[in-house]
Amino acid sequence: MNVLFFGITKDIVGSSEVNFNDELKPANVGSLKKKLIDAYPEFSKLNSLAVAVNSEYADDTLTLTGNEEIAIIPPVSGG
Amino acid sequence: MKKVIEIVNDIDTAKVYAELSDAKSGGICVFVGAVREFTNNEEVVALEFETYQAMALKEMDKIADKAFEKWTLNKVVMRHAVGEKGVEEPVVVVGASSAHRDACFEACRFLIDTLKETVPIWKKEKFKNKSVWVSAHP
Repeated sequence: MNVLFFGITKDIVGSSEVNFNDELKPANVGSLKKKLIDAYPEFSKLNSLAVAVNSEYADDTLTLTGNEEIAIIPPVSGG
Repeated sequence: MKKVIEIVNDIDTAKVYAELSDAKSGGICVFVGAVREFTNNEEVVALEFETYQAMALKEMDKIADKAFEKWTLNKVVMRHAVGEKGVEEPVVVVGASSAHRDACFEACRFLIDTLKETVPIWKKEKFKNKSVWVSAHP
């Protein structure tokens, strides 16, 4: 399962893309966030942490199969 | 109804009038966001923008559609730049045209305010001795 990182989360992770092993694959968006916060404690200090699945904002309850395009969306600051 | 939704390397502010102008529009309202020299009394050298482009275009398209639902508009433009931008350079331009001015004034404010809330674009402020991702931390 590939996860894309942008903005400050890319700096924290040190990469714009990370591949999670199948056995570590989270079942849904909420558990993906929890795993990321465990792996990268600095994520918990951010103002917000959203997840996009197939380029749409996703709720924590959304189930993940591993075939989606998943992106981590830190607080946006366009404009 | 006509929309222009784009992520570009450089913004040409001279284009937007022709994009919004049409025979049915008596009012055209445009907002341009540019790089400001000082943030909290600290001198900004440049801003660097990055985006998740596929999603950003989708989100901008949703905002434009919502504006068409809320107001009677003829045309909408939403264009954001990426990459490094220096002081005074434009980084975003949004605008709307409508028969009368109230609709395009209100829509223009909605376009920029909502873009700042939901569109996946990130801005790093570059100062002389440090760089900071804007709004990342409380």
